[in-house]
Order: sequence, then C-alpha cells, then structure tokens
Amino acid sequence: MAIQTLTRNIFDVKDLNLWYGDHHALKGVYFPIQKKEVTAMIGPSGCGKSTFLKTLNLMNKMIPNVKITGEVNFAGQNILHSKTDLVELRKHVGMVFQKGNPFPQSIYDNVAYGPRIHGIKKKKHLDELVIKALMDVALWNEVKDRLNAPALGLSGGQQQRLCIARALATKPDVLLMDEPTSALDPISTLKIEELIFELKEKYTIVIVTHNMQQAARVSDRTAFFLMGELIEFAETSKIFSTPKDSRTEDYITGRFG
Amino acid sequence: MNTRANFDQSLQELKTLQLKMAGEAETAVKNAMLSLLNRDVELANKVINGDHLIDDLEYEIHEKALMLIARQSPVAKDLRRLHVALKVSSEVERLGDIAVNIAKSTVQIGNEQHVKELIDIPQMMEVALEMLTDAITAFYSEDPALAKKCAQKDDQVDKMFGELVQELLTYIPKNPDFTNQIIQLAYVCRYIERIADHATNIAENIVYLETGKRYNLND
Repeated sequence: MAIQTLTRNIFDVKDLNLWYGDHHALKGVYFPIQKKEVTAMIGPSGCGKSTFLKTLNLMNKMIPNVKITGEVNFAGQNILHSKTDLVELRKHVGMVFQKGNPFPQSIYDNVAYGPRIHGIKKKKHLDELVIKALMDVALWNEVKDRLNAPALGLSGGQQQRLCIARALATKPDVLLMDEPTSALDPISTLKIEELIFELKEKYTIVIVTHNMQQAARVSDRTAFFLMGELIEFAETSKIFSTPKDSRTEDYITGRFG
Repeated sequence: MNTRANFDQSLQELKTLQLKMAGEAETAVKNAMLSLLNRDVELANKVINGDHLIDDLEYEIHEKALMLIARQSPVAKDLRRLHVALKVSSEVERLGDIAVNIAKSTVQIGNEQHVKELIDIPQMMEVALEMLTDAITAFYSEDPALAKKCAQKDDQVDKMFGELVQELLTYIPKNPDFTNQIIQLAYVCRYIERIADHATNIAENIVYLETGKRYNLND
C-alpha cells in the first residue's frame, strides 16, 4: 500500500454507515482527515466517535453482526474492500488505547514487537527503531538504562508513552488514539498532550476524547458526534469559539451530554 | 519535559505582540508630541494615518487571548496574564487614539506661530513619556516595583495639567486672534494628562499580574 495521496486528505470517508446488529451506530458520515494534523472527536457516550475511530483501521470488523457500508478511503483505496490486508493496514494506521497495555515483556521487546512481526530481525536495525521510537515519545532518557526491565514496572504515564512508542515503531502514517489519557493523572495527561503536539510534525493523529478541554488544547480540527451522526466538523478554534450548530454549543458549554 | 511548552510558546508570542503594539503606540505618542512642538503637519498626518495599525494589533491580541482562554484552560497567573493582555491592549489602543488627537491639534494649529514659547508643555510631555516608557519596561520585565514607581509620577502630571490650563486661559483675553490655538493647546494638555492616566492603568495591571491583587495607584 503506497502512502501517497494527491490531496491533503489521508482519509476520505464517504457515506459511512455502521450497524451493530439492529443498532445503527454511524449514520451517513462524511469525514475527510488531513495529513499531519490532529483531528479530535468529541461527543457524549454512545455517540459513535469510538466506533468511527475503530473503523479507520477496521478494528470493529472482528465484532460479530457488524455491517459497514460506504467508503473509507485511505491513501486513495477503499479499505472496506474485502481484499484489504489488515496486518498491512494496521502497520500504516497504528492505535493506542485508553489504558497503557504493555505486553508482559521488557521495555525493549514491547517496542520491537511490531517491527519483528513485520520481518525485521537484525539487531542493529531493531535497536535503531526502538531508540528512535522511545526518543519520539520523550521516554528515552527515562528508560535508556533499563531497556531490559519489565515494561509493567513503569508508571501509568510512562506505560502509555511506551505504548505510543510501540505503535510508532512500525513507522505508521496515522496514529489513532482512543481516550489515551483517561486513566492518567493530570501531569501525565499534559505530557501526552504535549507529545501529541510534537508528533503531528511527522504523523497524522486522530484522537477520541471525553475531555473537551483536551480536544481544545491538542487538536487542529474537531468533530462533534451525536447519536451516530457527525453534527459539526471544523477547525478547533471555530468549534470552541463560534460553533455553527446549537447542539455543538450546548455540548461544549456543558449544557447537555 | 515541559508539559505546557506549546501553551508557553503561545503566551510568549502574545507578549511579543503586546510589546510590538506598545512600541507602536509609544512611537505614535512621541511623533504626535514632536509634530506639535515643531509644527510639523506632515508628521502629524503620518500619526493620524498610522493609527489603524495599532487598532489592528489590538484586535489580533484580543482574538489570540480569547482563543487561548477558550482552548488552554488557563488558571492562576496564566489566567491573569490573558486578562491583563485584554486590559492592557485596550489601554494601549487608547494611547494611539490620544496620539491622533494631539496630531489633529497640530493640524488645527498649522503653521501659525505659537502664542508663546512652549516650555511647560514639553516638560509635561517629558514626564508623561517617562511614565509610558517605564510602564512598558515594567510590562516587559514584569516588574511591579518599576510599575509602582511609574504611577507615582501621575500626581505630578495632574498638577502640571491644572496649572498649565489655568495659565493658558489667561492668554485668551490678551491674544484673541490666537483663541483657537490656545484652546488646542489646552486640549493637548488634557491629552497628555490622559497619557499619564493610561500609563498608570497599565502599571496597575502589571502589579495585578504579579501579585493577583488590585491596587489603585492613582490614590
């Protein structure tokens, strides 16, 4: 899969509908995602934002009774096509979850896991990838003397940064983040947010968050979902100063949701 | 790892913008005063035509400060800093307007010989300008002591204003042909007094920024 697009959009989602059994979870969503930007998705629980996120690397294809229609064009190809290579897709579209979930292995092996799966065996090459990924997440200085120590011995914030490093080690183009700081203390949260700001130099980031202030702080564009519909999608500065839809205003000002 | 590096950078950019605006206003005030003293109508017109730049900077500062309040959840000194950015930029915008008013008086007086040699007005201008420069320096260095020192001169300017206007009014019966000029010069005295007031207000905001307490430095 060649990651070259002529437009600024790395994802171009058109008329996306998704059902979990009879439940219509995403309703006709059109959503372009621009390269090397941070796109945030906000909305009350059950609005479809996480479902949408998981569609971008087809994580929800594994769920029974899921039906997806429409187009999710990534780098010019509709990934909903049955021939999509999921391993290859997820190499390009990495994901980080709510809680740091390192494997019960060493710090080094956690980061080297993805590259090894993709066939990289030479120690020197793996070393380079591991160091670079740990530097990218500003964890290198904290762990360089204990790379063989168990990853589960790290603090919560460090574990989450390690998981981001693990996702970066396969050199993805896009990083999906599903509430990456909801289990962290405020300072660890701010560290991750600062990291997101730095990572967008190299990566496209799509983040789901329950924390509206976080969306306001870290993202370039914000999408507001409600009951499976994309209500409003605009520059974050517009969403948080002059939203067009009254439902968006009500949500961001805490008047419902 | 600085956990607010991005926000800190935005605050620094905002401060740079504020200093640029203050510098523009200070230059406008100085040029307006020089235009009056030298009867330089061309320089006065330059001040009048350049005021929109200061207005544009105020708008830009307000937009940036409001956006940072909306997006960065500021608290404590960060919040005061943004509050002060809004307040001080409005004070500075008024300074730009006052420079225009002085410049308009210069245009009104034109090439007409001054009714008397201007001695006290330049002295009053000097004190007000010192206050303004001190206020801007205190803002740059976030120095409440310098801010308080700046405000202490306000009484001196108020006193000079009262005396000068009284004196100017005595010239009208003796020089009725110069009535317009004398009224313009009285206006200018009033404008200079206002410059000192705005410098004092800026100083009060600097003290608030640093201490979180409101002081009326005009007392």
